[in-house]
Parts: sequence; structure tokens; C-alpha cells
Amino acid sequence: MANIERLRAVAARVKAGGPQRYHERLREQGKMFARERLRLLLDDLDEFIEDGLLARCEDEELPADAVVTGVGRIGGRTVCIMASDSTVKAGSWGARTVEKIVRIQEKALSLNVPIVYLVDSAGGRITDQVEMFPGRRHAGRIFYNQVKMSGRVPQVCILFGPSPAGAAYLPALSDLVIMVDKNASAYLGSPRMAEMVIGEKVDHEAMGGARMHCSVSGLGDVLAANEEEAIESAKRYLAYMPDNWRERPAEAERAAPASATPVSEIVPKDQNTPFDMYRLIDALVDGGSFFEIKKEFAPELITGFARLEGRPVGIVANQPAVKGGVLFSDSADKGARFVWMCNAYNIPLLFLADVPGFMIGSKVEREGIIRHGAKMICAVSEATVPKISVIVRKAYGAGLYAMAGPAFEPDYTLAFPNAQIAIMGPEAAINAVYYNKIQELPEEERPAYVARLRREYAEDIDIFRLASELIVDAVIEPDELRQELIRRFAACAGKRETFTERRNPVYPV
Amino acid sequence: MTEVTAPMTGIVHQLNVTPGAAVAEGDGVVVLESMKMHIPVPAPRAGTVQEIRVKEGDFVEEGAVLFVIG
Repeated sequence: MANIERLRAVAARVKAGGPQRYHERLREQGKMFARERLRLLLDDLDEFIEDGLLARCEDEELPADAVVTGVGRIGGRTVCIMASDSTVKAGSWGARTVEKIVRIQEKALSLNVPIVYLVDSAGGRITDQVEMFPGRRHAGRIFYNQVKMSGRVPQVCILFGPSPAGAAYLPALSDLVIMVDKNASAYLGSPRMAEMVIGEKVDHEAMGGARMHCSVSGLGDVLAANEEEAIESAKRYLAYMPDNWRERPAEAERAAPASATPVSEIVPKDQNTPFDMYRLIDALVDGGSFFEIKKEFAPELITGFARLEGRPVGIVANQPAVKGGVLFSDSADKGARFVWMCNAYNIPLLFLADVPGFMIGSKVEREGIIRHGAKMICAVSEATVPKISVIVRKAYGAGLYAMAGPAFEPDYTLAFPNAQIAIMGPEAAINAVYYNKIQELPEEERPAYVARLRREYAEDIDIFRLASELIVDAVIEPDELRQELIRRFAACAGKRETFTERRNPVYPV
Repeated sequence: MTEVTAPMTGIVHQLNVTPGAAVAEGDGVVVLESMKMHIPVPAPRAGTVQEIRVKEGDFVEEGAVLFVIG
């Protein structure tokens, strides 16, 4: 029975991870040991089903080959887990590390359950490259698997530390990326590499820090102040997700909205005056339920999950308090990705439109705003989950299309009584269309002429006229929006549709 | 010194303060007009407006410095 003693000794050694000095360094950095992270994430670490514990067990320097993989429970649901152990060779990937990751991905696919990647890794071990980089079941297969899993089972990545070079595709190919401020980083080439190869001098944080990725590049979805907050965010996100694409997300306890301010007092009548769309969301959804995605990135568009009487809904809302709520390339990307995510996992969509249109000008044309906008229109078209579009104040130009206007098969288009839908607003339209006529008039006659044209234009796009033409399905009182949405989403509960049959669309990206 | 830049391309619609004015964080210093919307540009922190680099009616590109707070 000597081997029982041997097993206990080896398992205990492996579970302790790498050398003590690296555990101390973790503490200095405000980080937790991989298994401590799992203790916080999982319902019960003692019930964790771990495989590959003995990977490389004959090499004392490579406990578990720097990664913990297995199946556990979060909120009572089965979830597959991969967790880098940065106390072992800085969490780097060797041949067995990669094989363990590939296997846990295959497990998630075969069990039809979500996977959570807890990443804190120096990337591939260059000394072992022939065994872990180029081959069929080497590192590339991790990313191949991620693409295959995308839209089938939820994939969450928490970045606790680095994920450099090729390993940066692990967060990039996950559905949700949570980054811990100051510790998480991702870049294809390190600052040292950049200095050597292209002569650029830049620090770690500016090159690929959590804040940069969550506010500028858009790689990060949630910026967490510390590891505990990051783990809590992953649990909140998973509560909105079903186990896989064939199932529906669970309902929760219903709650009254956080704000009792009537919606009618939140939305100004004047089309040009900014207001804070968060106030409307607070007055609309169950209190405490709003979980925002990409809060710091392209804040002129708000995306996030919430609940209406306990039922999950994905919200896409223009934010007039930032850049007037105008859509830009980044906001279009943000919206497209969120819509794809909701549609993949059966989360109904609510669009709150108050949009002056897509930004114009040579700067945005050069960055490709047309193809970025087309991407959002593409996502909105493809979405077959229940979708309701509410014209809060205005929807001009292609902004109407991106916010699931009538042509994009929303189940309902609703409008508030002061809403306007048009190719462009009265001021811009009159100036553009009647420019020559206005210029021909004596200067003193121009203001009265312009005022008359604007009045006629406004009458032409009046919401009662559009309702009379059946452009919108219903005009509703702002203070009744919540109840109206609850009823209408409930009516859509049985909706099951396929957009169309084909191999894949040719995406405008 | 904090330089505050235009969040988007547009026209300077209104200047609410003159150089030397004390402002609190969030006070609207400049209002831009872009896409027919009024875009308030607030002070990112409390301080004194050291300099205003634009005048009403100016065209400004995204990223152009509008004013400086010290």
C-alpha cells in the first residue's frame, strides 16, 4: 500500500503549487493563489472534480504543469474550469498544460455547460515550443476550440495577470472578459519587445493594461477593482446565461425598480437637450439587476443585462449624455457584439433609441464608420430572440436601423408621444434640402421661412402620423413603459425562429 | 494643469465662463454643437479656468484642446 502514501504525498505537494517565494509575490501583488480563486468562485471546492492533477508529477518544478482543470458548480450549476497557476513557471504553457486546457474545453462542449478561464500566465514556454506550439493538439487548438464553442456554451475569461502574445487570443475569443485593474494585461508584443523591434518606448499599463483594454481597445468587458470583485462579476454574468445555446436563462426573484422617478420626468421634450439614459434604465428595470457590459468603452451606447419582473433582458440604449448619443465605429462594434451575445444565448433584446444618427465627417469615414455601422445592422437583423424597440425621443437616419427599427423584424416598435423618426431632424433637413432657396431670399425673410419649413417638416414626421401609417405598433405613455414591456416580452416567450439557412454570412467587419 | 479636449468634432456653441473663473467638477464650461445636439463639456475636476483656446463659432476636431484647468 506504499503507493497510497505516495499518492497522498504527491497530491499534497502538487496542490500547494510552486515555491513559497512565488506565493509571497502573489500576496505582494494583491493576487490570490489559483486554488484560492477557485474556492471563491465555486460553490464548494471540496466537490471540485479535478483531472490531470498529476500532470508532470515526476518533475517537482511543474506541479499540475501550471494549470488546474476540472468540473465544479457555480450557483448550483455545472461549469468547467481552467485556472492558471502563476506560482509554477509563471503560469506558462507547456505540452501538458495545453493538453489539459484542450481537454477541459472538449469536456465543456460534450457536457453542454459554460467554461470559465482564470488566466494569469506568461504564455507559451519557448523552450518547449515544438511540443506545445505548432501541432494538432497544441496551443492553436485552444483557440480553434474557443471558436467552435462560441455561441454554443458561454465562455468567461477572468484576466488576473498577464496573457501575452498568442495567449492574448484566449480573452479575445471569450464571450466576456473581466480584467483586474493594475494586474491584468494583454498584448501581442511586450514593451521590451516593442522597444527592440519597432523602437517604441511604452510602459506595461499603457501598452496593454486592464484600464486601457476596458476603455480604449474594447478587449475588456468588465474592469474589476480587485480579484474578489472580478470573481463576483463572473458569477453575476453566469446568472444571466443559460448552460448552453439550446436553453433559456433562469428567472430570478422579481424586484421593484431602483428609482421611483416617473419616466415622463426623465426624458426632456426638447430633442437637443442631453439627459442621462441610466436614469431611465433605473426607473425601468428590477432594482439591482442591471449588469453593464463595456461600461468604460464607447459610453455613448449603453449595453447590459437586466431583469423585468425577474425575466432577463439585454438592453441596448443610446446615451444622450455622452457625445449626444451619436453612434461611432466603436459604439457600433460594442452594440453588434452585445446583440450577438444575447441572441446566441436566448436573451430577449430591448432597444432604447434616442439617436441623432451615425457620426459624420472625414475622420470617421476614414476609420470605416460605414462598415462598422453595417456590422451592427447585421447583428440586429440576425437576432431572432424576442426584440422590442422603443423610440424614446428620436431615431434618425441609419440610427433607426441600428436600433432595430421596423424593417429589422422587431416584435414590437413602440414610441413615446414626443418621439420623432426621420432620415434626419428638422433643423438639419431644412438646412440641407432648402439651402439654395434660403440663400435666394432677402436676409430678413429667411428666419420666418426657415421656421415655416421646420414646422411643416415636423408635422410630416409627427409620431401620430407615423402611427396612423402603421410605422410604429403603439404609442405609449412613458410612465407605462415598464408594464408594457413586461406584458409584451411575456407574450413573446414562445417565439422560436431561424433567421435563414446558409453556411455563414459575409460579415461587414 | 488639465487640458480638456473636444469629445467629438463640432462647432463651439457657447462658452459659459471666462478665464480666471473658479469651477467645480462637472460644471459645464463649454457647449459644443455636433450632429444638431448640444454636447456639454464639463470640468473634469475643480479648479480655475486658466485658458480658453476657442471662441464661439469655431470648428473643432475631436481631441482639440478647448480649455485648460489649473
